[in-house]
Amino acid sequence: MTTLIMTSGFDWWPYILVVILFLISLGVAAYATYAERKVAAFLQDRLGPNRAGPFGILQPIADGVKMFMKEEIIPNVSNKTLFILGPAIAMLTALLTGAVIPWGPDVVVDGKVYRLQVTDVNIGVLYLLGVVSIGVYGIMIGGWASNNKYALLGALRASSQMISYEVAMGVSIVTLIMFTGTLSTAEIAQQQHGFWADGYFTWNFFKNPLVFLIFFICALAETNRTPFDLPECETELVGGYHTEYSSMKLGFYLFAEYVNMFISSAVISLFFFGGYNFPFMDQIDNQLLVSLIGVGVMFAKTVFFIFVFMWIRWTIPRFRYDQLMNLGWKVLIPLSLVNLAITGLVMYFTGNLE
Amino acid sequence: MQSLTNRSKQVSKKEMTFMEKLYLPAILGGMRITLSHLFKKKVTVSYPEQKRPISEVYRGQHVLKRDESGAERCTACGLCSVACPAEAITMTAAERKKGEEGLYREEKYAAVYEINMLRCIFCGLCEEACPKEAIFLTDRIVPTEFERGDFVYGKDKLVEPMDKNLRVDVSVRQTKGVLEFKQHPQYAHNKLWDPNKAIKSKKSAH
Ligand code: SF4
Ligand code: SF4
Repeated sequence: MTTLIMTSGFDWWPYILVVILFLISLGVAAYATYAERKVAAFLQDRLGPNRAGPFGILQPIADGVKMFMKEEIIPNVSNKTLFILGPAIAMLTALLTGAVIPWGPDVVVDGKVYRLQVTDVNIGVLYLLGVVSIGVYGIMIGGWASNNKYALLGALRASSQMISYEVAMGVSIVTLIMFTGTLSTAEIAQQQHGFWADGYFTWNFFKNPLVFLIFFICALAETNRTPFDLPECETELVGGYHTEYSSMKLGFYLFAEYVNMFISSAVISLFFFGGYNFPFMDQIDNQLLVSLIGVGVMFAKTVFFIFVFMWIRWTIPRFRYDQLMNLGWKVLIPLSLVNLAITGLVMYFTGNLE
Repeated sequence: MQSLTNRSKQVSKKEMTFMEKLYLPAILGGMRITLSHLFKKKVTVSYPEQKRPISEVYRGQHVLKRDESGAERCTACGLCSVACPAEAITMTAAERKKGEEGLYREEKYAAVYEINMLRCIFCGLCEEACPKEAIFLTDRIVPTEFERGDFVYGKDKLVEPMDKNLRVDVSVRQTKGVLEFKQHPQYAHNKLWDPNKAIKSKKSAH
């Protein structure tokens, strides 16, 4: 945070970036709802929403207006403070995570450096993990405060699922940290510079695909996406933890899920697919151009992973709860531990251990 | 047993092989299938702009016919109402006054004739029951309304207009078999009705 106060006066850039990021996160999330419906429709040979505006691109606005117009209901048996706190926490934590993600290489205009990362804390990876695990509180508190059996069941499922998968996710991240040797997200991005160096790919995916696989599955579980959407499965739990919610409080929960999905996709492309790096980036002389393409590439990768999230949702049916727990505890955790051990051994024998 | 399609598979409960237990190949296979659907032709019919072709004898909104001279054919006999399995039809009969011969074909007519379109199941039994060939179902679709009461169609909506160019053409609904059947002496009183002379007007809905 030393960049905040510079000799040439107060530096507004991080604050501006926060606002931009906030708007982009919400915008992407809004259009992710639209994209979800379009992708779902196209995968099912339908057309999807196409009435509001050309190709239905005004649909998210219509949905938002509808959400706001709905009656706000707070059940009188609920714990009112917590009932309101739930969606607020869910939304807050969803938006917090974007802060440590480097959205592109530094942009230099007139000798002034604009970093495309709100803050480069040196434990960015831990920050991500920490904030993500707070996210479960939003769901848990909301489900508990509703004073409704289905909501409580949904909240229970959500918390046990998230905690189970966080273990595997944590171990896979430890593996990642081991061979990148850093906890800073900016440095992880820089290490994957370009695409090919020293006779091998620079992107982490090619160095250890298994970490990516485990991380990706856990990310699906963390964002409550199918096939891990047991906390809100309509068929068993009415609506899960948000059964009692209406109006924009419900909107916040749904929205938080999409913001989470956006951030998860960004994190996946950052950790494993080079973030803003792209092949042949060194061949371009213009630094500004590289930065701009970098931002574009970062968003392209993120959008691609959002698409994969949706693609999976509309392909795979939901797990049963015991299958979910089996997969988490009996498969993913041992697998990530073995992967951790093998990575350590390989690093030891190739002399990469510092 | 011969299967209907060649896609049937024998079910077995054998132990899954390692590849099957991995589960991932199956997921990737499934995702390949869904992806291929991304590029398939969409089956959606964008309704108001595109319409599915419908049968000539489609059973939609009813019409109460007039004869060639413009008099209402219905004589309020109530047979349609009796035949109706959904009990959608109600009517009040009235006696024709002198000088109203141009308006009503028979001495008794329906002063009120209502069909509740929310009850109606569009079975067409009223059309079949009618001895006067007064009621027909058409290929017009009953539009949506905001109030329940608006679905009770009175004579204002059911009786076809007097203007010969605006009459509703139902001649296609009279199949050959029906026409032959109507030659039966029992229907002699309907002589006035000659389907070949039926007014051909443009179809209203399509
Ligand atoms: S179509 Fe069938 S349900 Fe409808 S009014 Fe006629 S007899 Fe009744
Ligand atoms: S429509 Fe036909 S069946 Fe019904 S009351 Fe009139 S004449 Fe009788």
